[in-house]
Amino acid sequence: MITVLYEQSQTHCATARAAGEDLWIGTHELETATGWSMKPQGLCRLDVCVPVPASQAEDYVAGDAVNAAAFWRRMGNPVVHDGAREVWVLGTSASHRGVSLQSLEAPDFALPDLGGVTHTLSEHRGKKVLLATWASW
Amino acid sequence: MVVTVAMDVPEAARPWIEAANPTYPCLIDRSHHVADLYNMVNVPQATWIDEAGHIVRPPENAGSSDAFRQMDRVTKQMAPEQVAERERTKKTYIAAVRDWVLKGPASEFVYDAASARARLSLPDAAIAEAHAHFRLAQHLLGRGKRDAAAEHFSHASRLHPDSWCIWRQAAQKDASGLAAGPEFWARVDALGDRPYHRPIDMKGI
Repeated sequence: MITVLYEQSQTHCATARAAGEDLWIGTHELETATGWSMKPQGLCRLDVCVPVPASQAEDYVAGDAVNAAAFWRRMGNPVVHDGAREVWVLGTSASHRGVSLQSLEAPDFALPDLGGVTHTLSEHRGKKVLLATWASW
Repeated sequence: MVVTVAMDVPEAARPWIEAANPTYPCLIDRSHHVADLYNMVNVPQATWIDEAGHIVRPPENAGSSDAFRQMDRVTKQMAPEQVAERERTKKTYIAAVRDWVLKGPASEFVYDAASARARLSLPDAAIAEAHAHFRLAQHLLGRGKRDAAAEHFSHASRLHPDSWCIWRQAAQKDASGLAAGPEFWARVDALGDRPYHRPIDMKGI
């Protein structure tokens, strides 16, 4: 079974098939894993749609499956996988990160504390937050 | 509100958090997702976020200095003037945080939007790819696949050599949990005139 890592989520995708640098995933499962869904306009999330290139449609869509890796690369996002092609990271491009930072809206995240309780940054909206990193190393 | 994020694994972060016993959230970021989101490269780095969720000081070194580079590498001792520099930097930074907490937007340490934007450090394509490799490496390591993980840690470091977070997380640790052996010092020495902690624009630092 292939595991897809996207932003902070990790999804085991029963429909996923790897072939070389391609990663085919059922559309429903891709949406579960990443929030991106197939629509008539293309692969969409929120108000963004990436059209299927008409001349190479078969490289991107086959029946109910989409080549997530091809779409990700088309969006300029990094795609990396382990040697066994069992774990794939559908990464996020520098330009997407850059645009997000330049909006000055602090990017939200959800992380656990030692007790396993998940906290988000946005739950502190209404207070000033000093977001500080550290490490034991 | 203080929110701390350990660029670390829970088992290594635990004793530090338990010893500090803080009242604020201490979060664990095994995948260094926050470093990816905020383009952070070292610890401690911090960003100031106002009540509306807007960044008013972009991510930057939070009160550390490069004084440690002058320490005696055998005894780990620092000369009194280096200790003094380290303390002064930390106190100045903390005083600035307090000033912001009390004065809000009127604090001299807060930037307007244009100045904050101008001070942002933005990632490039290699950095984005490095974070993807790092994410994969931590995932593989968590499943006991050390060799496969090592390959992707190393790839991440090659793509993003400025990230001490990536390098030190993956590096061999000593008995006290520090990645501060000969390889660390060789890497620090290789910086030459470049800083380990990038200096920040703050009066008194």
